[in-house]
Amino acid sequence: MLSFIITVVVLTGVMGFTTPGLLDKVRLGLDLKGGFEILYHAEPMDTGGTLTRASLQKTAESLEKRANALGTSEPEVTTEGTDRIRLKIAGVTDEAEVRKKMKEPAVLTFRSAADGDAPGVFSKIELVGSDFVEGAADVQRDNLNRPEISISIKDKDKFAEITERLLGKQLAIYLDETLLSDPPYVRAVLTDGKASISGGYTLDEAREIADTINLGALPLKLTEKYSQSVGATLGKQSLDQTVRAGIVGSLIILVFMMFMYRLPGVLASFALILHTWLLILVFVIADFTLTLPGIAAFILGIGMAVDANIITNERIREEMRSGKSILSSVKAGNKTSFRTVMDANVTTIIVAAVMFAFGTGAVKGFALILIVEIVLSIVTNLYFAHWLLTVLVKAGALKKPKQFGVKESDISAL
Amino acid sequence: MRFKKELDFVHLSKFFYIFSIAITVAGLVFLATFGLNYSVDFKAGSNVDVALSKSITLAQLQPALDEAGIGHDPTITIGDQRVNIRYDEELDDTQSETLKAAITKIDDQASFEVNTVDTEMAKELARNAIYSVLLSSIGIIIYVSIRFEWRFALASIVALLHDAFMVVAVFSIFRLEVDITFIVAVLTIIGYSINDTIVIFDRIRENLRFGKQRSYEDLKALVNKSVSQTLMRSLYTAFTVFIAAFFLLIMGGESIKMFSLAMVIGLLFGAYSSIFIASPLWLLLKKRQKTPVKSNPAKA
Repeated sequence: MLSFIITVVVLTGVMGFTTPGLLDKVRLGLDLKGGFEILYHAEPMDTGGTLTRASLQKTAESLEKRANALGTSEPEVTTEGTDRIRLKIAGVTDEAEVRKKMKEPAVLTFRSAADGDAPGVFSKIELVGSDFVEGAADVQRDNLNRPEISISIKDKDKFAEITERLLGKQLAIYLDETLLSDPPYVRAVLTDGKASISGGYTLDEAREIADTINLGALPLKLTEKYSQSVGATLGKQSLDQTVRAGIVGSLIILVFMMFMYRLPGVLASFALILHTWLLILVFVIADFTLTLPGIAAFILGIGMAVDANIITNERIREEMRSGKSILSSVKAGNKTSFRTVMDANVTTIIVAAVMFAFGTGAVKGFALILIVEIVLSIVTNLYFAHWLLTVLVKAGALKKPKQFGVKESDISAL
Repeated sequence: MRFKKELDFVHLSKFFYIFSIAITVAGLVFLATFGLNYSVDFKAGSNVDVALSKSITLAQLQPALDEAGIGHDPTITIGDQRVNIRYDEELDDTQSETLKAAITKIDDQASFEVNTVDTEMAKELARNAIYSVLLSSIGIIIYVSIRFEWRFALASIVALLHDAFMVVAVFSIFRLEVDITFIVAVLTIIGYSINDTIVIFDRIRENLRFGKQRSYEDLKALVNKSVSQTLMRSLYTAFTVFIAAFFLLIMGGESIKMFSLAMVIGLLFGAYSSIFIASPLWLLLKKRQKTPVKSNPAKA
């Protein structure tokens, strides 16, 4: 009995204390806070070129850098499949400008310091992406087994002229306006159009630069496949309406449970509230993004979580009506309903897992929430709710069938 | 709240079979002739949703659209402080910006939601959804066959496909708009439907363990008993989930209206099919089993 009181009091305290802070920390999707989402299809600029995993990754990174440079908050850029990039940006004032900037291909330049440039500034463009042989940049190791990047230039004479002029000087590599690593020095005049760049790079750094050069040599063309743009006011409106709907629906469900099942119904309601709180906690900890279909899954999940409690309580009532004592009714009810609920939930998880594997965007998010919710429901509405009830019965707090909503007249003699 | 007298669900189901078959046929006819009313998620084009600070009329809006100078005629739906403009062709970003600017002139509080989809993407979404349903079905068949027996698996699959199709049929017959959230709704309904059905099957499985069922009459009585034992639970659960979906429908955001509607319809069919379709169907399959009927077909 003491453990029951302590558990309930502590949990209520923790939930009451943390909930406002937690709610603020939930990351909202674009449909709830405003912003836009674009799905790009990427293909090489030249029809003959091939699209590699590395160039897609590089393009995505360059999009993210550009979005950051434009001062947008937390841009999210992810690659999907073999040729897609999904971009999510919130809080943009000039959407048209951002979209135009994003679609421009990534520009690779090798630059030298022009006369009058401050130290560390390189403004004279010596080589552009199209000067490089496509896909030729690679990582190899020098005599001392240090990683270095080998590159190939199409126009040997041009490269010879540049290396001759810049001998002993630095040649900086830029993607768009971002400087990649410390600018290497030109050590020799190179006449065969081939060069290797070394500079104490780690293998990963070298790979990164080689990939960037390859991307610059063959930039990807991005076409918008899908776009969604939500105004901030509209997003807020959707959030408010849906949350309000959820609260009203949930309250009715809780009242229904308490009315139907009396004290066990109150315990079930407590388990449901704990379930919801845990779900929000998981959202914050795992940094999930809450979207509109996500809220819908959330609310429906509450409805389905109630099912576990209903099955248990109906079963307990049934056992009581057959004439069993309260304790053995609760034990038998918990045991049989456990198996029923598990079988039902596992089949639902199978459906959700398939949605997660096959779905994209909203469908994937919805499926994930459903899975998390079912797992949490098993913990709170099966294990936890069963435990609460058993403790109360053992402590003698529940002695009469009436407290379970069972009429004495319905109980058949054993 | 208990039914003192047990209803003969098996007998009643004959009428419900007819009811379901009738809707299925009507649904197929409508799907074949009119198809579904696809939103931009499935049909190339752009959808512009505008929230306004005041209600406006078509006459006020039209000049702005003309001014934006986007050729093709859009479908316009005007609501309370809300306008939906739907183009059958994709708007590029310049066009959508022009349109926004023109509408902002009428109401500087206007807030927009613009969705544009390429047909290829849409087809892919639909294809993925159908694969999801088929794959989930296979997963369910395997799991239920292991935990129960194949007859339960088959009957539950029929029930869930029935529920999914009923929603599609209703959406086709009443020309309701089908968007990406509709897919989510149908998949959730399938999840709910199987959940609901399994609980009743679990009871049949349990009752099968007690005593031998020698005749069809015994089996029939067993199904009726199992359904009525779980009836209150089926109704209560259907009620609570229905409440959640119903409030989403009447109070939730505009963009999940269709989702909630699909859920509400699907939930009702889900509860109905578990009682009147799935269990009697299992009985029908069981009846064909070669004699003598065993008392313990599945071990848990």
